[in-house]
Amino acid sequence: MVAEPTQLTHMTAAQIAAAIAAGQVSAVEVTQAHLNRIAAVDPEVHAFLHVAGLGALAAAEDVDRKRAAGEPLGPLAGVPLALKDVMTTTDMPTTCGSKILKGWRPPYDATVTRRLRDAGVIILGKTNMDEFAMGSSTENSAYGPSRNPWNLSLVPGGSSGGSSAAVAAYEAPLAIGTDTGGSIRQPAAVCGIVGMKPTYGGSSRYGLVAFASSLDTPGPLARTVLDAALLHEAISGHDPRDSTSVNAPVPPVVAAARQADVSGLRVGVVAEFSGDGYQSGVQSRFTEAVELLESLGAKVVEVSCPHFTYALPAYYLIAPSECTSNLARFDGMRYGLRVGDDSIRSADEVMSVTRAAGFGPEVKRRIMLGTYALSSGYYDAYYGKAQQVRTLISRDFDAAFEQVDVLISPTTPTTAFAIGERVDDPIAMYLADLCTIPSDLAGNAAISVPCGLAPEDGLPVGLQIMAPALADDRTYRVAAAVEAAFEQRWGGPLLAHAKGLHEPDASTGANPSGGSR
Amino acid sequence: MTEVAQLVPYDDAVARYEPVIGLETHVELGTTTKMFCTCLTSFGLPPNSAVCPVCLGLPGSLPVANRAAIEYTIRIGLALNCSIATWCRFARKNYFYPDMPKNFQISQYDEPLCTDGWIDVTVEGQTYRVGIERVHLEEDTGKSLHMGGATGRIHGADYSLVDYNRAGIPLVEVVTKPIPGTGALAPVVARAYVTELRDLLRALHVSDVRMEEGSLRCDVNTSLAPHDATQWGTRTETKNVNSLRSVERAVRFEIERQAAVLDGGRRVVQETRHFHEDSGATTAGRSKEEAQDYRYFPEPDLVPVAPAPEWVDEIRASLPELPAARRSRLQTDWNLTDLDMTALANAGAIDLVAETVAAGASPADARKWWLGELARHANETGTDLTALRITPAQVARVSELVASGSLNDKLARQVIDGVLAGEGDPDKVIEAHGLTVVSDDAALLEAVDAAIAAYPDIAAKIRDGKTAAAGRLVGAVMQATKGRADAARVMQLILDRLA
Repeated sequence: MVAEPTQLTHMTAAQIAAAIAAGQVSAVEVTQAHLNRIAAVDPEVHAFLHVAGLGALAAAEDVDRKRAAGEPLGPLAGVPLALKDVMTTTDMPTTCGSKILKGWRPPYDATVTRRLRDAGVIILGKTNMDEFAMGSSTENSAYGPSRNPWNLSLVPGGSSGGSSAAVAAYEAPLAIGTDTGGSIRQPAAVCGIVGMKPTYGGSSRYGLVAFASSLDTPGPLARTVLDAALLHEAISGHDPRDSTSVNAPVPPVVAAARQADVSGLRVGVVAEFSGDGYQSGVQSRFTEAVELLESLGAKVVEVSCPHFTYALPAYYLIAPSECTSNLARFDGMRYGLRVGDDSIRSADEVMSVTRAAGFGPEVKRRIMLGTYALSSGYYDAYYGKAQQVRTLISRDFDAAFEQVDVLISPTTPTTAFAIGERVDDPIAMYLADLCTIPSDLAGNAAISVPCGLAPEDGLPVGLQIMAPALADDRTYRVAAAVEAAFEQRWGGPLLAHAKGLHEPDASTGANPSGGSR
Repeated sequence: MTEVAQLVPYDDAVARYEPVIGLETHVELGTTTKMFCTCLTSFGLPPNSAVCPVCLGLPGSLPVANRAAIEYTIRIGLALNCSIATWCRFARKNYFYPDMPKNFQISQYDEPLCTDGWIDVTVEGQTYRVGIERVHLEEDTGKSLHMGGATGRIHGADYSLVDYNRAGIPLVEVVTKPIPGTGALAPVVARAYVTELRDLLRALHVSDVRMEEGSLRCDVNTSLAPHDATQWGTRTETKNVNSLRSVERAVRFEIERQAAVLDGGRRVVQETRHFHEDSGATTAGRSKEEAQDYRYFPEPDLVPVAPAPEWVDEIRASLPELPAARRSRLQTDWNLTDLDMTALANAGAIDLVAETVAAGASPADARKWWLGELARHANETGTDLTALRITPAQVARVSELVASGSLNDKLARQVIDGVLAGEGDPDKVIEAHGLTVVSDDAALLEAVDAAIAAYPDIAAKIRDGKTAAAGRLVGAVMQATKGRADAARVMQLILDRLA
């Protein structure tokens, strides 16, 4: 049987893989259906910077050939995926959303890219992002913003906003994002999908163009918790090319996603992440999620993590400091954009002119911040102090995880904001990552899972579940339980309520904006 | 830029001022692969052929530390009597330069792998203990070639080429503490230190230390203060001094130049200076005010280096005999004075003599050949002893033939000339030129009688007991035999004949 194209794009990754393995549909058909979907909706959504149609179909043919030959296929073989344009790919450009890398074709694949290819995952193309992953809206992309499938005038979050938009718009069932301060979880939350930041070092950074090396973590975005877990497993594990990659078994995330059980689990609500600055609908959906967890048998307590309040300022010293050094290599000497090479200017001048022309304002702002923070005489007061705060945040986590198994909070203080709303106010933009940054600084695991719609704007709210380093499976266990219970209450996935792309209304269940309405 | 420095004659300078020197020495390690990737470190490959995403610093690439380089560095640290850190980190040194792929260098900053050691250096019988501040590990940069223009420097060049083969080769930096108290010998002590360090590195098999290929580079710090001063003077740092001779010349020049500055009542400017091989002069580089802020911070792409104490012990146990200990042992074995031994060391001949002795020559003979005939030859042709086209085994063979009487000294020198000229082994040269001593008395007597007949007046003197006159007849016999006679035997025959 050949499934309808719409059906194929609306299936989960697990369903697609099963259908391909069972011979009900070919990988080529699945890939073509997604390419058609991209052609239909991406002019509006602008999730992709590059679509590799021919390459994707060739990879799909390869999966079909292997299946026909009876070769073993992985659990995601033939499933399409959208790859954040920060991961190197030999067959596609890698721009990081920046003019300075326009058209750059890396001579090597990132480890994540390689593992995806080895798993038979079909890479449809490269997704839009804030330039060098600096931002929370994709508005810092040199190639224009992506749009939120819930409402095209809103941001899809960022920096992995192209990835979250692609998944939410059914252009791909899976996407890879990277999380440095919340860049997977925040876009997932505001697009009503699942996004997971694995334990730092759980997935390889080799071939991930660095923003802040001690924070950057690749991870999955998907429409279901199980799909995220399947992708998580496919890209994880020790990589000898990345010294900071963890040499330990991958946590059993897929089993945990299937277990979906929280009975007896101790859940801590982070006291610091509520109050001023939190949208009322975000607060009410979060409270509802807490009650849901209690109803499922979890033991919920409030936990104070006093230093989380300092996470944002510490982050905005550490991340820019690392970025100023990581981005120094973009100088027009060896690859990418070169401006002003008129055989009169010196190499130094060409570097300077190239960087002035090639980087956008937010990247320049952070380079300046980082250069200042690392300067002789200021290092101790800024970078040094921020590292001390980082240690205190890790200790807050350690203390909390002695009392509870997981911590929870809203993923982001507000729902999706309008394109243009925060571009002139960097601090307002930075606040989108308020709740996600602590787990980046501490390097532990954290997931965002949809927990309903804010009544005042009808937009998705994310529940963040944080677990200790290498206990990634715990976040999946809780997220899957929450997902199952909510979907039962809502009568289906939250995403069925997204109206931005004029989908036929698939919703038949209760109103996810609150049971009382 | 022309800068003519005023100088004070060296002896006057050191009569008035006390120099303090310090050296920072960069050594490329002899590991098979680079510091943070698996590219080969071989010298002389086509430009940009030993490169990969990591050493080119391509976006997304990550370094992975080379264990062998860490081991080599620990080996150097232990040989220099340093403490080895139990935990330390790499750091990023940030500055822009086209030959640096990432525009930062992975180095070590406030947490070096080895600290606080020493090495003894002997100059003119006096031993100086040079303190070692630190030994740390970093990556080398690429190499810029400035094309066109007169000087080969970046100023005035038409364009520049960059070869990244060298980028990422492991580099060790050995930094001394300030070395006071060397007085007029400061330049010689500086040179002797670098020589000692070079020999140590070679003995440790961590680097082949080819200075002409740039695998050992020195920055030389020099300051002067009046003899009665309570504080050291302001120092200058002369960069990229790349031969032993240049180290000595650079220190000497800075002493002469700084003395002139101080004599003129001016202050020495804290700055980096460039050394010029051709003139032996240094010229001003960057001053302290213009110094770059490198914005060091711990390298987040690498995990800390924490050498297990057992590993360090293992490395310590595997250290070879070090040059100083070996020299002392050989000096005893060879029965040489301190001065003889120093002469051998300065000539770089210790290994050659040791190998010649091992091949059968007596220590005295081996020393005589290498410091005499062969040193003279090396001097004349401007090469090192090790570069001569003669092996210790060949020298030992010549020595053996002299000891057995088959060659006299003059013939032996001819044989050596033949070997050096590439004519083959000593025996082959002897055969080709018929260079053996005439040991047949009958043939010699014929020549002796001829000489007596030719110089009757001298023969008469000898008969009268004036045997000192016999030398003239010996000379005549030697001439007749084209030097192939044993002079002592000829003398004996003459005296017997005229007795």
